[in-house]
Amino acid sequence: MNTLNKQGRPSRPAVAQAENEGQFETFSGSKALQQTELLLFDRGDNERTGVDLPETPDIADDLGDFARKDAIGLPGLTEPEAMRHYVRLSQKNYAIDLGVYPLGSCTMKHNPRLNEKMARLPGFGDLHPLQPESTVQGALALMDQLSHWLTTLTGMPAVALSPKAGAHGELCGMLAIRAKLDADGQTKRRRVLVPDSAHGTNPATAVQCGFTVDEIPSDDTGRVDLEALKGKLGDDVAGIMLTNPNTCGLFERDIRTIADLIHEAGGYFYCDGANFNAIVGRVRPGDLGVDAMHINLHKTFSTPHGGGGPGAGPTVFSDALAPYAPVPYVVKDGDKWKLVERNEDAEGAPFGRMSAFHGQMGMFVRALSYMMSHGADGLKQASEDAVLNANYLLALLDGPMTRAFDGYCMHEALFNDNFLKDTGVETLDFAKAMIDEGYHPMTMYFPLVVHGALLIEPTESESKTSLDRFADTLLALAEAAKAGETERFKQAPVHAPLRRLDETRAARQPVLRWKPAEAEAQAAQ
Amino acid sequence: MRYLPLSDAERGEMMKTIGVSSIDEIFSDVPESARLDGLIDLPRQKSEMEVERALRKLSNMSLSAGEAPFFCGAGAYRHHVPASVDHIIQRSEFLTAYTPYQPEISQGTLQTLFEFQTQVALLTGMEVANASMYDGSTSTAEAVLMAARVTRRNKCVFAPGLHPHYAEATQMLARTTDIDITEIPSAIDADAQVIDQIDDETACVVVQTPNVFGTLVDLELIAKAAHEKGALVIAVVTEVVSLGAVKSPGEMGADIVTAEGQSIGNPLTFGGPYVGLFACREKFVRQMPGRLAGETVDADGNRGFVLTLSTREQHIRRGRATSNICTNAGLCALAWTIHMTLLGEKGLRELATLNHRRARQLAERLGKLDGVEVVTPRFFNEFALRLAKPAAGVVETLAAQNVLAGVPFSRLDPNAGLHDILLVAVTETVTDDDFDALENALKGAL
Ligand SMILES: Cc1ncc(COP(=O)(O)O)c(C=O)c1O
Repeated sequence: MNTLNKQGRPSRPAVAQAENEGQFETFSGSKALQQTELLLFDRGDNERTGVDLPETPDIADDLGDFARKDAIGLPGLTEPEAMRHYVRLSQKNYAIDLGVYPLGSCTMKHNPRLNEKMARLPGFGDLHPLQPESTVQGALALMDQLSHWLTTLTGMPAVALSPKAGAHGELCGMLAIRAKLDADGQTKRRRVLVPDSAHGTNPATAVQCGFTVDEIPSDDTGRVDLEALKGKLGDDVAGIMLTNPNTCGLFERDIRTIADLIHEAGGYFYCDGANFNAIVGRVRPGDLGVDAMHINLHKTFSTPHGGGGPGAGPTVFSDALAPYAPVPYVVKDGDKWKLVERNEDAEGAPFGRMSAFHGQMGMFVRALSYMMSHGADGLKQASEDAVLNANYLLALLDGPMTRAFDGYCMHEALFNDNFLKDTGVETLDFAKAMIDEGYHPMTMYFPLVVHGALLIEPTESESKTSLDRFADTLLALAEAAKAGETERFKQAPVHAPLRRLDETRAARQPVLRWKPAEAEAQAAQ
Repeated sequence: MRYLPLSDAERGEMMKTIGVSSIDEIFSDVPESARLDGLIDLPRQKSEMEVERALRKLSNMSLSAGEAPFFCGAGAYRHHVPASVDHIIQRSEFLTAYTPYQPEISQGTLQTLFEFQTQVALLTGMEVANASMYDGSTSTAEAVLMAARVTRRNKCVFAPGLHPHYAEATQMLARTTDIDITEIPSAIDADAQVIDQIDDETACVVVQTPNVFGTLVDLELIAKAAHEKGALVIAVVTEVVSLGAVKSPGEMGADIVTAEGQSIGNPLTFGGPYVGLFACREKFVRQMPGRLAGETVDADGNRGFVLTLSTREQHIRRGRATSNICTNAGLCALAWTIHMTLLGEKGLRELATLNHRRARQLAERLGKLDGVEVVTPRFFNEFALRLAKPAAGVVETLAAQNVLAGVPFSRLDPNAGLHDILLVAVTETVTDDDFDALENALKGAL
């Protein structure tokens, strides 16, 4: 039945063929609500604009040789055209507001719209970072309140708000460790222990801070191998970067012992707090021996991911490291708030400045709005629901799918690809088939310690009904894989705006921007 | 709790399925000594109304830029952002999506990133641009690391007009590497001094234009000197609207351009989130930090976009990645690209000309006042004034009269001996009444 294209490869998967029987390709290329949309550069022209400005004064420019004479080549669109361009494009995106987005480690929880509204209040959204302190007291007070919530929830004495994402927070924490070691003359300590299950940002950060990375293996329960860790301690160890709950979705049972071992060896404990959302209100990292930890406000405290940022990565510190926290930071002085912007004005010995201004204020407002809405009670309930939801899925899926480790999980459930063994279906295919079912795939092939990993994080935002339907779909897919319906997976997705994309080609012959036709023709010659 | 769908009955059923009788059992891996009893000492949950009331109260404690004659710049600018920009970025499909790791259901984000990269490359006069960095300062810091990788050299020179906070953020990232940075003391119009510092070990010079004092800097001479010694020029732009009127750094010979993109599409928001632009010559692409969207085809041969060249990145390359950056400034980049699309070349050029001429008008008026001297020789929309009194005090005095007069340079660098310098920026949002207010207030204060 399959029509073959010139390469002899089925141009359409069998299932889609059958479904499309008797249907016509559309003339426009659009399919009802799915509109095709050209590239901006294929449709705009440089004379069109969607912005009317006040009149330009009739005086001369004074730019001399600096004047930009040649055309820049930027197309414009009027407002109705622009709306349509972006709305059509938006409809090619999956989103939390559309369906289950169970990306493990990424914490795709609901983004309350109140927070968006609050971030746009003029006393936050329309403030310049370098206005006189006397005119920004409300913003400084908000930062102070956020600091109070974060230090109280983590049980840590100090926080640096300025890091701009999780990875930037890691830098902040590791640079504080480095500054402390240098201040104590411990310049030999340059080795950082990082579990093999760690997120890629951990080793990348350690190296960026001038450390070498020594990998610690995981044991067969998915946690740090304590004996291996002991074997790696020594007087050149700067510390450990450990995620807790870890990237397998498990609480590191021996975390106190690990902290003690590291401290006894003269090192510091950096905790990757990306998974703090599992334990907020139930466990304080400060009680676990942590010296520094970043908090992804865009995970735990619901600031939207926005298709890849912006994030915010405030970093909390123990007493030992607090003096080295970077500038700027807020202090309360009587009934006024002050911004300490320079090392020489600081009480401690800040290691420096992370970025031009004071951090991701827009994210601070959203996160505080989220925390105030939940309160101590709601935050604890949210963590418990996130963990309950993950364990519920683990219980429903275990068997037909193969769990990676025994025991209860925290906020995410990890599976390996054993259940796909001999089916010809791989983790990637399974994930792509989920797209056809209307779900965003889980995180795949991470953590690296589990073969063909499938990491499912439902978050507290999913209802039981939603989880039941999601589990039913995954079980049906697992059964289809075992029943030999390989094509359903290999061809997937067939219902998405595009079929599978050729990533190899993208990397081998990179096309990273649009070019005018003449330029492209020239390049080809 | 309005954000939590589970009912107690459902929680009970789910626990039964799991095989536990209480949630505490599930948390049994937590060491006993670290388990918290009861609730943490923080306020309890609140309704939308209560939260809004509390936060409005804080918001009202500040004097927002829109409430006063406003002239602050120095790396963040108050431009008008069309209402449609904020509407589009709040669409669920953009706001509540993750990084586009599944291209089949992320073409919206990926195509806009591809368009963004193209616009950034065109605007800066570079061949390629990435999908954004955190902000202009971190983008600059990453560019210095990249220049060291590309040239396999370790010396870097900062021009005297580089924003002091950019210098500090770069020093912070470079401190733990073997990169050796030479800083020339801040000066209004002396950026060509970097030329004397370039030698055979120099990886890069970092030159801002317009510089932190608003001075337009001729990169051509600097680029020539740098290239003769095999060094790269990193051009820094903190006011990207300038590129609608001023020659691009690419045209003047820059090898890497880093910029703060906030001026386009993004509100001031007290310093963040902003959007870092990062553009460079194509030959350096495999050394770039950050994400890249690239064009390809799908299984049916249709054009589509994916994240590409990810073997540079931490999730693949781990300890040997070009940068540790993961989450970038996606939504701010989207706002940037929408605003740029609305402007188009025509709108951008008009906007730039308007900014430049309005700034000229104000400079001319203020220059006539006693105790005020305009010291920036040639500027785009921001200039430095030398005042007869310390600028920080004057700014405080004017703030008390609800005039936000600009940024005293001493706020950025108190050790440069430039206490009398006030940085004044003018954008399209400033009115003639605002001019009058500033002029009168300055007269009174000096
Ligand atoms: C475990 C873990 N660590 C660190 C990060 C880095 O955080 P960000 O993307 O905010 O830089 C992430 C997020 O992707 C993560 O999942």
